[in-house]
Amino acid sequence: MTDSSAQPVPEKDEGNLLQKLELDTRLLGMIGALIILCIGFNFFTDGRFLTPRNFFNLTIQTVSVAIMACGMVFVIVNRHIDLSVGALLATTSAVMAMLQVEILPGILGLGHPMIWVIAVIAGLLVGTLIGAFQGWMVGYLTIPAFIVTLGGFLVWRNVAWYLTSGQTKGPLDQTFLMFGGTNGTLGTTWSWIFAALAIVGALYALWNGRRAKASHGFPVKPIWAEVTLSAIIVAAIVGFIATLNAYTIPIRRLERMFQERGETMPEGLVVGYGLPISVLILILVAVAMAIVAKRTRFGRYIYATGGNPDAAELSGINTRWLTVKIFALMGFLCALSAVIASARLSNHGNDIGTLDELRVIAAAVIGGTALAGGFGTIYGAIIGALIMQSLQSGMAMVGVDAPFQNIVVGTVLVLAVYIDIVYRKSVGAK
Amino acid sequence: MPTAKEIRASGAAPLVEMKNISIAFGGIKAVDDVSVDLYPGEVVGLLGHNGAGKSTLIKVLSGAYQKDEGEIFINGQQVEITNPRDARANNIETIYQTLALADNLDADSNLFLGRELVTPLGLVDDAAMEAECRNIMGRLNPNFQKFNEPVSALSGGQRQSVAIARAVYFNARILIMDEPTAALGPHETQMVADLIQQLKAQGIGIFLIDHDVHSVMELCDRASVMKNGQLVGTVDIADVTDDDLLSMIILGKNPTEGAEG
Repeated sequence: MTDSSAQPVPEKDEGNLLQKLELDTRLLGMIGALIILCIGFNFFTDGRFLTPRNFFNLTIQTVSVAIMACGMVFVIVNRHIDLSVGALLATTSAVMAMLQVEILPGILGLGHPMIWVIAVIAGLLVGTLIGAFQGWMVGYLTIPAFIVTLGGFLVWRNVAWYLTSGQTKGPLDQTFLMFGGTNGTLGTTWSWIFAALAIVGALYALWNGRRAKASHGFPVKPIWAEVTLSAIIVAAIVGFIATLNAYTIPIRRLERMFQERGETMPEGLVVGYGLPISVLILILVAVAMAIVAKRTRFGRYIYATGGNPDAAELSGINTRWLTVKIFALMGFLCALSAVIASARLSNHGNDIGTLDELRVIAAAVIGGTALAGGFGTIYGAIIGALIMQSLQSGMAMVGVDAPFQNIVVGTVLVLAVYIDIVYRKSVGAK
Repeated sequence: MPTAKEIRASGAAPLVEMKNISIAFGGIKAVDDVSVDLYPGEVVGLLGHNGAGKSTLIKVLSGAYQKDEGEIFINGQQVEITNPRDARANNIETIYQTLALADNLDADSNLFLGRELVTPLGLVDDAAMEAECRNIMGRLNPNFQKFNEPVSALSGGQRQSVAIARAVYFNARILIMDEPTAALGPHETQMVADLIQQLKAQGIGIFLIDHDVHSVMELCDRASVMKNGQLVGTVDIADVTDDDLLSMIILGKNPTEGAEG
């Protein structure tokens, strides 16, 4: 591998602490903003904001938007936009609700264990196909994505209405409801097992990356920096799981659960919720999407096309097919969000997903995705979604009037993009 | 090794032969019944005014445009080139005037764009690509150091070396250079000239599109001149002067025809 003519590898520059850790300053900025927000709300709510209970609720409320925001990053990086995600969520949710409530019980019998499986598969399929269809119109018919998805916004919102005749459909399948959050958590033991697996996975990825660099003779971070980073990761995962485990199931609810099973509850029993299944799904989606973005050809081509569509085309990348795949993935993630959103509400309502397109786009943009294309990260979009949700529920807890809540969210969106522009200029990036 | 001229005289099949190529955009014939050829180890200059059709002709070969009429032969075999992938499959590499770099990606991502090195799991292997990129840059542009920055942060010459590296790295047999020195300073222009000599010696055939008659006289073995989408003529550089080429470009007159007539 090493050739005498190869470019010499320079010594690592001296830098400050942050540079040595090679942490992304933008990421730190966003986490900083989120922490300030949380502490601020905690102050104004007399300590009700930073409780395990609210933390638990925040995470399950964020999941649906955050999952779609991951897909939106790819769409926007590729210089497109998707205004139809909320409507697509409604249509896929309607399909799944109709299957669970009206169609499948008649065929398989009420409460059949396959009902939720068929419904979820059908929903994911429908979402993917609608997404692919919209992607085909953008990629092959060259209709601007703004128009295709603006049309889709009206079409799919009303297809959902038509499918359910505008009625609320419920109750959904009992197993299906486990995707909603409160009704489906891993419990404390499995949450810790998950934490252990996550720590092993994260540390493996970290040290494997270091080994790959070192094997080519590239400079690597000093060992103390790697150890510090590892410690931060471990602390974050442990803290996250510990907080979710600390939120205990209310005594009444626990009693009811025991009654349903025909058992009596032992005196003084305390059971933590642990990691919600919906949050677990978000984590898996985020990790998968981050790997797709950074380490697969598909992801590389999305960023390349966003940076310079002509160059991508001339490099032999089939940019039209790429567009179809990106929108299909977006549709799939909308359907996945529909599973979680409808399960959380325990039925399908006609207004499900309303305004989600704006929340999703705002989350991606607050997370540093550039509308001009070419730049954007998955973790940024998720933190963006968290910031949006914290703002919203924080203001609700403080008791800010509803109109002011939206005024603040809108202002923050514009302000966040302005700060991002200033940041990019200051670091000299385009 | 026989020179390109000897190969040509022996009657062997050319490396590339573009025969009677025509392409029209909205009724206007950008390229009208043009035939050019290229032998191994030869540099053929394509000259002409802006809009003469030279870039369009060459984009047919690189797969960016599709011809309306005509045939393309590689080593005597007829080939169909309908997209850039087909061109690459025929070992045709192109350095575009615009460089065709994704500005938001770093040098090695651009070098391997569309042909990434992957690990056994099918994941993109950035470390291996950076190592290869350092290797080839060590040969092409020893001053190049910014491997981990987006290419938008590079100077014109550095960007050019990334584009050249991409064309050279994958064992091209046919190289298309569209005004490779347009944005370069004197030092980097010399670097490109040296590189062309080097590649020629390896038996690679090069189409060189250029505005500058002097650099064509210096670098090319033959020159094909185009005007208004048509081929004015193809001449041996050894047989013509700067002024002959200029009059071909400006007046559309072929000096050899004039001498014969």
